[in-house]
Amino acid sequence: MSRQPGVRSSMVFLPRERLSALMDHLRSEGYRCLGPVVRDGAIQFASLAQADEFPIGWRDRQEKGSYALQAAGDARMFAFANGPQGLKPWLFAPRETLWRVDGRKAALAFEPAEVEDARLAVIGARSCDLAAMAIQDRHFLGGERPDGAYAARREGLFVVAVNCTHASATCFCASTGDGPATRDGFDIALTELDDGFVAASGSERGARALADLGLASAGDVREAEARARVAAAGAAQTRALPGRDLQAALFANLMHPRWDEVAGRCLSCGNCALVCPTCFCHCEREEVSGDGTSAEHYREWDSCFSEGHASIHGRQVRPDIRSRYRQWLTHKLGSWHDQFGRSGCVGCGRCITWCPVGIDITEEAAAVCGAATP
Amino acid sequence: MRGRNPLNGIDSHCPEGARIVGRVDESDSIFTLRLRPLAPSPSPRFVPGQFNMVYLFGVGEIPISIVSDPESDVLLDHTIRRVGRVTEGLARLQPGDCVGLRGPYGRGWPMDRARGRDVIIVTGGLGCAPTVAVINYIIHRRSEFGRLSIVQGVKRAHELIYRDRYEAWRGVPDTRVLLAADEGDTSWPWHVGLVTDLFDDLAYDPSRTLAMLCGPEGMMVVAVRRLLRAGLPEESIFLSMERNMQCALGLCGHCQYGAKFVCKDGPVFAYPEVKALLGTRGY
Repeated sequence: MSRQPGVRSSMVFLPRERLSALMDHLRSEGYRCLGPVVRDGAIQFASLAQADEFPIGWRDRQEKGSYALQAAGDARMFAFANGPQGLKPWLFAPRETLWRVDGRKAALAFEPAEVEDARLAVIGARSCDLAAMAIQDRHFLGGERPDGAYAARREGLFVVAVNCTHASATCFCASTGDGPATRDGFDIALTELDDGFVAASGSERGARALADLGLASAGDVREAEARARVAAAGAAQTRALPGRDLQAALFANLMHPRWDEVAGRCLSCGNCALVCPTCFCHCEREEVSGDGTSAEHYREWDSCFSEGHASIHGRQVRPDIRSRYRQWLTHKLGSWHDQFGRSGCVGCGRCITWCPVGIDITEEAAAVCGAATP
Repeated sequence: MRGRNPLNGIDSHCPEGARIVGRVDESDSIFTLRLRPLAPSPSPRFVPGQFNMVYLFGVGEIPISIVSDPESDVLLDHTIRRVGRVTEGLARLQPGDCVGLRGPYGRGWPMDRARGRDVIIVTGGLGCAPTVAVINYIIHRRSEFGRLSIVQGVKRAHELIYRDRYEAWRGVPDTRVLLAADEGDTSWPWHVGLVTDLFDDLAYDPSRTLAMLCGPEGMMVVAVRRLLRAGLPEESIFLSMERNMQCALGLCGHCQYGAKFVCKDGPVFAYPEVKALLGTRGY
């Protein structure tokens, strides 16, 4: 879905009130629309019936271990950074059945789960979400045995990205090179201005969708303003990782006293891994029917902070929080490079915001790698 | 709209039924199940060192190395130690009962590289199981390999399994079998002490030898050190690693060892691939 040369038309202007027309177009193509809404005190992706469900006029305040929404009273729909989840739950399901088995017959009868083919259009994916999706694509689809469930959902995904014009205090995508501007992985990318959106297409179907709306060119002034607003969101970021490849520095410091220190604060709850848009660990579990005649075998998100993650026949490879936090950080920012050719961090800042004790990945990385805290 | 995805993705998680056609109690906690797949598909032959996922109805799956002869693709032997929920349940099964089976998975021992060379197999505890297929493979092609040394250690004398096999292997031409128990007893005629003590008795030419190690990591660390000191090049030493494996497809993440997914990049690794972290607690 990466941008193809020649497809990208010049940018057009989508008045705010025409966003619903874009949603209508996507629905007519068979897509269910998904977008950010205010739910349970946070901005979260959910199915959208109409455009007025977007978080109009809302701002997010994110800090270490805290997230709060504030009403600004304006017409902005995307003037916030992000919520607790990116696109991950919509492609890599938090829990899904892999197969079922009937144990009544003399021979066990196995039945693989069917994969649902569903078209989903997500409106409001950010550059960090798309960078994370590219990593998850590689994990689930890049090997010898591509994952069928992930592939089906990915195949049916239409992405309307939104370039960030607001950074939260926990954002640091500029330092990881993943934002705030989107580069690829979208069908349409929007940048929000006072009266609407500067829109660009990133694929043929994206260009078709915009063409159908019969929009006027955005013009140089709006394009320049859009660029400036996105650049300002990058410049406003206050956090940064101390480098893009920390692999050598982390593995040279496996005995650093900071691991003990952070282990004293970390609760090993796994929130960081569950909100992380690139973490892919999951466990496989079994649920037996009430009458004991059949069983459902399912997978469910797991994290390297959980008790059983690294246990083998009674031996616990990572018995303490120190080794679990170290595993998480040295994998995410270290060995990830060998696996995926880049770091596993896209700078979304979710692990900082949603950590109940406010552990900050940028501070920990800087401390362990011996860099001054940025 | 519902439909089966054309990719083999999710289906590759799904086991097939297999019937238990034989069972051997190897020790008080170790047993071998002989399995016959119910639908003998054009099943891929396995490479010594690979493993299957064995499923117990209603409980779950575990990775178990394949012990049987790689030449036979109808019967699969799995030697299992009773240590957890799945294995405790498997231990109660009898011939005629059914389990689920999928595999083979992973990268096995480098049999092609071993051809024409002396082979030293060093195992500890149940680490001997993943090397039985190697030994059978070599014995069936005896002239294609050099001297074979089989070195196995156990903690306590009564924990030695495959006693009959070790006796039989002693009679194979150009083959040495050396056994050690940390704690001997009256029935133990062999070495009492560490398995690595036996290395002094091994005669081999380091330049044309391949070593295959499987067992507790502490044992493998010491064995590697001894072999390197004897002049064996790093790339002639192979280790079978064990980590938590749940999907066996390189997806679930539990078996990661640094950047390696043990289930698909291993479980057999050349020493240079794992040496950076070998013996480091927490990885």
